[in-house]
Amino acid sequence: MRRFRQADWDEPLIFELSYPGRVGFIPPKAEPEVSDAAGDIEELVPQNMLRREPPRLPEVSEVMVLRHYIHLSQMNYGVNSGIFYPLGSCTMKYNPVINEALASNPGLTELHPEQDESTVQGVLEMMYWLKRWLMEITGMDDGTLQPAAGAHGEFLGCLLIRAYHEDRGEIDMRREIIVPDSAHGTNPASAMMAGFKVVEIPSGEDGCVDLEALRSVVGEHTAGMMLTNPNTLGIFESDIVEIAEIVHEAGGLMYYDGANLNAILGRCRPGDMGFDIVHLNLHKTFSTPHGGGGPGSGPVLVKEFLSDFLPVPTVEKSEEGYYLSYDRPKTIGKIHGYYGNINPMLKAYAYILSMGPEGLKEAAEISVLNANYIARKLRKVRGITLPRAPKRPRKHEAVLSASEMERETGVRTLNIAKALLDRGLHAPTIYFPLIVPEALMIEPTETEPLEALDAFIEAVREISEIAYSKPEEVLSAPRNTSVTRLDEAKAAHPKTLCLSWRMYKERFGEG
Amino acid sequence: MPHPYIPNSVAEIKEKMMEEMGIKSIDELYADIPAEVRLERELEIPGPYPEQEVKRRIEGLLRRNQRFRCPPFLGGGVWPHYVPVVVDEIVSRAEFLTSYTPYQPEITQGMLQTLFEYQSLICELTGMEVANSSMYDWATALGEAARMAERLTRRSMILVPYLTSPSRLAVLRAYTEPVDMKVVQVDYDEATGLLDLEDLKEKINSETAAVYIENPSYLGFVEEEMEAIAEVAHDAGSLFIVGVDPISLGLLRPPGDYGADIVIGEGQPLGNHMNYGGPLLGIFACRGDPKMIRQMPGRIIGMTTTVDGSKRGFVMTLQTREQHIRRERATSNICTNQALCAVAAAVYLSLLGPNGLRELAELITSRAHYAMRRIGELPGVKAPIFSSYHFKEFTVSFEDKTVGEVHRELLSRGIHGGKSLVEEFPELGETALYCVTELHTKEDIDLLVSALEEVLEG
Repeated sequence: MRRFRQADWDEPLIFELSYPGRVGFIPPKAEPEVSDAAGDIEELVPQNMLRREPPRLPEVSEVMVLRHYIHLSQMNYGVNSGIFYPLGSCTMKYNPVINEALASNPGLTELHPEQDESTVQGVLEMMYWLKRWLMEITGMDDGTLQPAAGAHGEFLGCLLIRAYHEDRGEIDMRREIIVPDSAHGTNPASAMMAGFKVVEIPSGEDGCVDLEALRSVVGEHTAGMMLTNPNTLGIFESDIVEIAEIVHEAGGLMYYDGANLNAILGRCRPGDMGFDIVHLNLHKTFSTPHGGGGPGSGPVLVKEFLSDFLPVPTVEKSEEGYYLSYDRPKTIGKIHGYYGNINPMLKAYAYILSMGPEGLKEAAEISVLNANYIARKLRKVRGITLPRAPKRPRKHEAVLSASEMERETGVRTLNIAKALLDRGLHAPTIYFPLIVPEALMIEPTETEPLEALDAFIEAVREISEIAYSKPEEVLSAPRNTSVTRLDEAKAAHPKTLCLSWRMYKERFGEG
Repeated sequence: MPHPYIPNSVAEIKEKMMEEMGIKSIDELYADIPAEVRLERELEIPGPYPEQEVKRRIEGLLRRNQRFRCPPFLGGGVWPHYVPVVVDEIVSRAEFLTSYTPYQPEITQGMLQTLFEYQSLICELTGMEVANSSMYDWATALGEAARMAERLTRRSMILVPYLTSPSRLAVLRAYTEPVDMKVVQVDYDEATGLLDLEDLKEKINSETAAVYIENPSYLGFVEEEMEAIAEVAHDAGSLFIVGVDPISLGLLRPPGDYGADIVIGEGQPLGNHMNYGGPLLGIFACRGDPKMIRQMPGRIIGMTTTVDGSKRGFVMTLQTREQHIRRERATSNICTNQALCAVAAAVYLSLLGPNGLRELAELITSRAHYAMRRIGELPGVKAPIFSSYHFKEFTVSFEDKTVGEVHRELLSRGIHGGKSLVEEFPELGETALYCVTELHTKEDIDLLVSALEEVLEG
């Protein structure tokens, strides 16, 4: 096991580095004719709209700003800088560096979204083809690249479901969206955003959709169902065709949450399973970096009969070239100020070119091989189990449980996660899905070498051993990260809540 | 050949792993996919290409985007601004760029502290107490602000100026229609462009959840009666939402100063490239009222200490508002946001500081006024059409030519003029929205003016 110690610069807040008069960047001076034309700025601006007090931004020199943020970056863990990032549901695969280099081309970065179409043929061509490739990969007929993230795509998907039923005069009746209890939290939240009532159905013993439970809730109130396949347990919903039939027969639409698409690329397609709407996460399946929280990109693909409802504009092609089309008479309108997150789109486009059909399929297969390899080895570790259909193969991820260990030693999933951090490994997603107690949701992805998988397995085994011999050692983790365990209750308590420098100074005086 | 991105694609490694797992083929792991949904052919997509070929193809593609002799004179919600090199240096650090949302705070203090600093900087700039760590863009921040006002007031109508970006308005409608909120527009004064206060007073009622004003407005002029508008809103029990271009706040009064309850805006000018309109940075800030904070959408970073109390630290906080805990009772479904754009904004604002920002805002407005004067002197041209003070964007109307004709003629001279308003606001005639920033030098503006002169003479 390698030793790990994360940087800890004990870094002050940028405000605490401030010294009056310092500056990190100087804008150019106005040319004399320009100054003359404007005259006295304080006279130009309406007096009651002029800022009298400068904002209390920090005053810091360039070198200090640079070092401050480099220090902070060193107190952060990325997939390209770490050694293993098995965060379930997030598909933290390697973010190819070539894509970053290409996306920093001024031919992309300096384009204004209102530019004449004739001057942006390159970016329109990229968007046009990216959408077509995503349609082919998912087996759908049309789509949009507008959503800025997966949840944004879900919101749009629910608006499309709404528009479809409204068009048929049934929206007042069809108020319900069905989601399994294993669903991502965004599914019910997105349905709520789009004005629907959420009907949650319990999963069967095997962690999959229980057909009887589904049959008992569908009906004339059903607007649609949101499902991810493979599901959040990493298990493929083998009854998918029947599930789709049940929902369709009731008059509802099938929505595919694409968070888990990585497992099935080139093997099977949501469109062929009976899904009507699909969202993808380019920042998961298509290797674009997640930026510590975003920007992502959440394209939405649909079957032909929903095409008229898509948001405007979409990129189309004519004999003269590519253009933005606003011709969708039944459009739901817009869900983004412009056309979505273009920079991740270019990276996903580059990724598809780098992978090709066989590369994407290989990515899916190795991601599945890696996940099953880990699952089969980890379930043999003392205190760890693989609940729900342990004999069925997993796909790209596996959800294990540390319930036994918790019962026997008091060491919980949270503690295992922190102990992994101490070994330089990022923790899996924990306590999700909610239907598995003490859940460890592990998604290794295809870009991790066998050596990393083995190191992870070995780390969990070692943590288990310590849990059963000296549990307090695990309970006090982490020790090798920039900070030890943080007090989350204090952060949220009304008496100690501190959300800005301004609140901090009010609370603790002029800090 | 194994793929460079897939270390275990070496045949021998695959064999070894399968042997340990007791399987003969990867197909066994896919055995539970019913035959009827299996794809029995190869996907019809291009590739695979080696890096060198991918680079050649994409650079070729991007060359088909046209460059101009000077930056486009376009604004309206995304603006050409200079991005200091230190910003790009920081946001390309793999530790920031390639990390996920900081779910494990102990190993992601860097991102958490940076986002806390971003929130703090936005608070100082806008004069508010609390900011979240970002929304997708200005338009969606507007949609979320309206929904938040609906939750807080239990009212179902929002008032917005008639002269608002149609694109932001469309997003607002998409966000508010599901909860049956009505969007009602308030007239403007034809001479000044400013909001018609009488019309506002007439339209506001007990169903008004919020009054939304942009300052500077979509057409570039600065509202002067913000305090009066705030008073009308508050007297009716409505919230006052203000949309801003953050660069203008180097020079203009912060909305917290004149009664704003929620401040939103587009953070792209703060160190983010235009990127053909995305990624952008939705600013979202509000007053420190606990009732409001509990209804905020999005991730919020809070300061805390280690459990032993020995050290300061940062975590995502107030998560009981969010989808992963509260599911359908969450304040919003947002999880992935625009964190890296917020990092850029934090670095940008730290570099400029109060003095740099003031100088920049003064430079921009000076250049804009120089441009307005020069363009307005041309025969048959009015710039701007409203008499109010304009910050960096302004209307230009043509008497003798159409906006389309002028645009095409400029383009043929390698210059990209302003955005046509002919379809958005036909009542304004042949009018376009021009934008001038620090990227447009006097020379660039002179180039535009002499080109316009030629075009109008021709």
